[in-house]
Amino acid sequence: MLTVEHLHKRYGALEVVRDVSFHVPVGQCFGLLGPNGAGKTTTLRCCLGLTQPDAGSIRLVGLPIPQKAREARLRVGVVPQFDNLDPDFTVTENLIVFGRYFGLSRRECEARVGRLLEFAGLTDKADARIEALSGGMKRRLTLARAMINDPQVLFMDEPTTGLDPQARHLVWDRLKTLVTEGRTIVLTTHFMDEAQRLCDRVAIMDQGVLIAEDAPRTLIEREIEPVVIEVYGEGVERWFHTYGKTLSSRAELAGDTAFCYCVDPEPLMKTLEGQRELRALRRAANLEDVFLKLTGRDLRD
Amino acid sequence: MTEAAIASPATDTSRRVSRWRFAHVVYRNYLVWRKLIGSALVGHLADPLIWLVGLGFGLGRLMPPIGGLRYIEFLASGMLCYSAMNSASFEGLWSAFTRLKVQRTWESILNAPMTVADVVIGEWVWCALKGTLSAAAILLVMALLGIVQTPLALWVLPIALVVGLAFGGLALIITALAKSYDTFTYYFSLLLMPMTLISGVFFPIDQLPKIVQTAAQFLPLVHATTLARALAVGTPVDNILLHVAVLVFYAVATVVIAAKLVERRLMR
Ligand SMILES: Nc1ncnc2c1ncn2[C@@H]1O[C@H](COP(=O)(O)OP(=O)(O)OP(=O)(O)O)[C@@H](O)[C@H]1O
Ligand SMILES: [Mg+2]
Repeated sequence: MLTVEHLHKRYGALEVVRDVSFHVPVGQCFGLLGPNGAGKTTTLRCCLGLTQPDAGSIRLVGLPIPQKAREARLRVGVVPQFDNLDPDFTVTENLIVFGRYFGLSRRECEARVGRLLEFAGLTDKADARIEALSGGMKRRLTLARAMINDPQVLFMDEPTTGLDPQARHLVWDRLKTLVTEGRTIVLTTHFMDEAQRLCDRVAIMDQGVLIAEDAPRTLIEREIEPVVIEVYGEGVERWFHTYGKTLSSRAELAGDTAFCYCVDPEPLMKTLEGQRELRALRRAANLEDVFLKLTGRDLRD
Repeated sequence: MTEAAIASPATDTSRRVSRWRFAHVVYRNYLVWRKLIGSALVGHLADPLIWLVGLGFGLGRLMPPIGGLRYIEFLASGMLCYSAMNSASFEGLWSAFTRLKVQRTWESILNAPMTVADVVIGEWVWCALKGTLSAAAILLVMALLGIVQTPLALWVLPIALVVGLAFGGLALIITALAKSYDTFTYYFSLLLMPMTLISGVFFPIDQLPKIVQTAAQFLPLVHATTLARALAVGTPVDNILLHVAVLVFYAVATVVIAAKLVERRLMR
């Protein structure tokens, strides 16, 4: 459904996408993860033909991009990183006007609006003006708008950024439905739990390079020990240097918290018994651990 | 979505998306304009009425006839082009920039199966339609004041359309390059206003220095006023084709450049 090979894109002297290749088969949800400025949005824009790559080849819904980008977009839905709903129109009008760009008749658009509003949980807001919507509602309307052409593939750039937990769960639920219907989804996100929950495969991108790509579970098993112990509190540093570092397979101190990755957590847990000042949290390894291991803990931008 | 939705992938819509895609952009702008139609129409009619009556009759009383025309006749036929130019420019500058930068409307359209050319041509045509509407309002006022009498005057409307295309295209170039609204104030007061003064809108240009007159010939507005004056109040004109050609040249050249610039700005 989407194949990207050896994609390169530079802005001035900066190569923001470097030799990126990946493939998304029909009916899969593919997650593109990476710190701020990694090149996720740029990669998606290249795939949609919204910017000219410097090298590489892209095929989307069987068509070469950017040569046939416009034709490809007939079958694609896009949720951009920043909402660009039309503030001159109401919620319903936004959907209808957008549908017209796909060559849908007004009547066809109107027939689809009801279902889409329901899909986005915005039925009560059908005639509201855009300014009257909360950030979360706008995001959901953008999602509904991306569905107006009944797309085979959806590109979603941070679809849940700025949503409250309720809205996020609603969106997750909808995205799962879309995949069950056989649609393909390419999304970016900064929420690792979201990626772990939704994506069949994830690719981690850093400074323009894809540094890992696999199913979330496989990545976790491959990169991280199964158990993580987080320790914080008074004297954590001393504890870290005497026990944390030595009794785990891998450990790091980030700020006031020690992260210890272990296969067998028992010896470490013992050292924590009776340490009143220290608080410990024992949990299973997750995608966030993988992400931080591969991209580091330093702030970007 | 329902099962029906799965069964009918969106491929079947492709046939209906034709090379008239730019019309979707015109239609979008029309829908927005229609919401404000009351104030828009009042503006279109009241504005020229005040100008014409105020300047034409007020100032006109002090003016000798110009080439056999009463001043108000001279002024009104100039104002046809001036207001087509103004309307189209305003639309192509402030309004288009709002859609380009502030509202990101153009970006959203490009997420659909539309191209930069579709967007720019749509905006360009929309500018021209607004310009034509302004000219039509003046023509109506002129008819009410008894200044135009022949149906031949209706031919100024296609002229106004081309004037709108020329200045709409020019405005879209400026918009594609602009960082903020401030640029437009400069464009208006440093370029459009001086050009208006040497293009025979408010007074005839034959008393201006020769070099200024020659310079004016390279700009679109003087050709428009010459044509409009001939059609609306019957001043003699030769080289009709030349005048039309200059306007058409400006219209086409500017939209091509504007599309290139917008492409460079949005698709980088
Ligand atoms: N139009 C542009 N002109 C110049 N540089 C750009 C442009 N677009 C993006 N960049 C640069 O390219 C790099 C990648 O940006 P991109 O938006 O693709 O990152 P991202 O992974 O989507 O980040 P975020 O998570 O913050 O959205 C950044 O360094 C950014 O500054
Ligand atoms: Mg981004």
